[in-house]
Amino acid sequence: MNTTWSRFNIASIVLGFAFLYLPIVLLIIFSFNASKLVTVWGGFSTKWYVSLFQNEALMDAAWVTIRVGVLSATFATILGTMAALALTRYTRFRGRVLFSGMVFAPLVMPEVITGLSLLLLFVAIGLDRGFLTVTLAHITFTMCFVAVVVQSRLVTFDRSLEEAAMDLGATPVRTFFAVTLPVILPAIVSGWMLAFTLSLDDLVIASFASGPGATTLPMKIYSQVRLGVTPEINAACTLLIAIVTVGVIAASIVNKRREVQRKLDEQAAQRG
Amino acid sequence: MADNASASAGPAGNNLISAITSRLVILVPYAWLLFFFLIPFFIVFKISLSSTAISMPPYTPVINGFSDLASKWHTFSFDNYVWLTQDPLYYRAYIRSVVIAAVATFFTLLIGYPIAYGMARAPATLRPTLLMLVILPFWTSFLIRVYAWIGILKPEGLLNQLLMWLNLIDSPLIILNTDWAIYIGIVYSYLPFMVLPLYSALEKMDYTLIEAANDLGCPPLGAFWKITFPLSLPGVVAGCLLVFIPAVGEFVIPDLLGGSETLMIGKTLWNEFNSNRDWPVSSAVAVILLLLLVVPIMFFQQAQAKAQEQGR
Repeated sequence: MNTTWSRFNIASIVLGFAFLYLPIVLLIIFSFNASKLVTVWGGFSTKWYVSLFQNEALMDAAWVTIRVGVLSATFATILGTMAALALTRYTRFRGRVLFSGMVFAPLVMPEVITGLSLLLLFVAIGLDRGFLTVTLAHITFTMCFVAVVVQSRLVTFDRSLEEAAMDLGATPVRTFFAVTLPVILPAIVSGWMLAFTLSLDDLVIASFASGPGATTLPMKIYSQVRLGVTPEINAACTLLIAIVTVGVIAASIVNKRREVQRKLDEQAAQRG
Repeated sequence: MADNASASAGPAGNNLISAITSRLVILVPYAWLLFFFLIPFFIVFKISLSSTAISMPPYTPVINGFSDLASKWHTFSFDNYVWLTQDPLYYRAYIRSVVIAAVATFFTLLIGYPIAYGMARAPATLRPTLLMLVILPFWTSFLIRVYAWIGILKPEGLLNQLLMWLNLIDSPLIILNTDWAIYIGIVYSYLPFMVLPLYSALEKMDYTLIEAANDLGCPPLGAFWKITFPLSLPGVVAGCLLVFIPAVGEFVIPDLLGGSETLMIGKTLWNEFNSNRDWPVSSAVAVILLLLLVVPIMFFQQAQAKAQEQGR
């Protein structure tokens, strides 16, 4: 198959990746621009990073965002994993069609609709808008992404392992924690990371669900971007990109190591 | 609630625990989604039938409980929906949103397909890296990626600087604040959503079929349209739905890259809610948008369910 990787294929990949990465690379380069004019190069400088850390409003927003992200991603992972288990393990229960609909629909639901409907719910039940409501909103829309990620791992899971454990007398709960969980853990971890990034990234739903005192970083960035492009925002974006990139690469290395270790263990077990 | 695992578990106590946990595993996320996803839609619908009021919350009637509903239901009206059909602003925004999303989806397919195809034909050792490179931009902020294009597309921006330096144009192209900027924004932001399902469809394909067609004298392009494309159709459908549905209600891209006269429905809803503070009308806008998208969303769900069955 290698011989058929033609020049056309290589060109389309190179061009495609250039298109995907060039804007991000340019943004990073211009965050080190000494000139205040964002698109004119005026020499190298890190002064925007310094002023970024002195910008208290931005720092506060970043702190709120991280707390919302960690909290909502954790709850979303628990709920999403349960939803994935429900969808793959129990093929028959009352209202299953509605359930799977409610899991898949939020993946493509326009954010303005989700945001508006959640806001109206919070108003209807008399919940003051703020940190709690943003977190609840984020749990709701990110848990569905977790469910899909975990589900895709569960469908390829070998059920005979669980049956073996239960034949040997393990309770279902113990079986889950001793057998199922370790196997689907990589999917759960990437589900958590996906939920965290989605929460970190969300502007529209947060804007609807949030109230005074709970301004998230995207809301802050958005309000500044509307006034024009500034090098300080470029610097903030670069930092966010750096954090996410390091996180993703670290996670994939850990995942790979774990996979290699698992294969070695399996081989050892077969030999022994 | 059938639990096939519990059948093999021995003692009765195990069965009880198993039955309870299986119920909990279904009930907890079910209840959560009912309360935070489904019920809110009914509230949106209810408020879309109310009228605007200068109070908090800014609509009337305010219903507290079922007894209230019985006494006030006659004040509900479809006035807001009538209003949406009378003001050309709204139906134009709906039509424009659908057209822009459809055109952008087509462009995304046009650009995404060669990338996915190239990835599927790449040496097997290279594929995981390529896959990660496609997913990585998705992990970086959507808002940031849209924002990055402002600096590129604006009249004194980097694209125009480059084109003028190359002497390809004399005066800057006006791209920012036009529909073209929206197309670029949507294609760029949603490209991974198109490439991933296409890639997984193309990767599974048996490429000896193409070789056979070529051996039998079929030209490469003919073989593509007769074999490759039909076989990748599930990926095409999934990719297009993943791009089209959210793009119709997109807010950030038309707001930051589109001009002030470009009214897409997501932006209209946002303005109606945040600037005009008209909750009933924005609820009506949301209800119509949802009705517009119900069919594609159901298609998407079926495609997902089908893919899940095949994964088993």
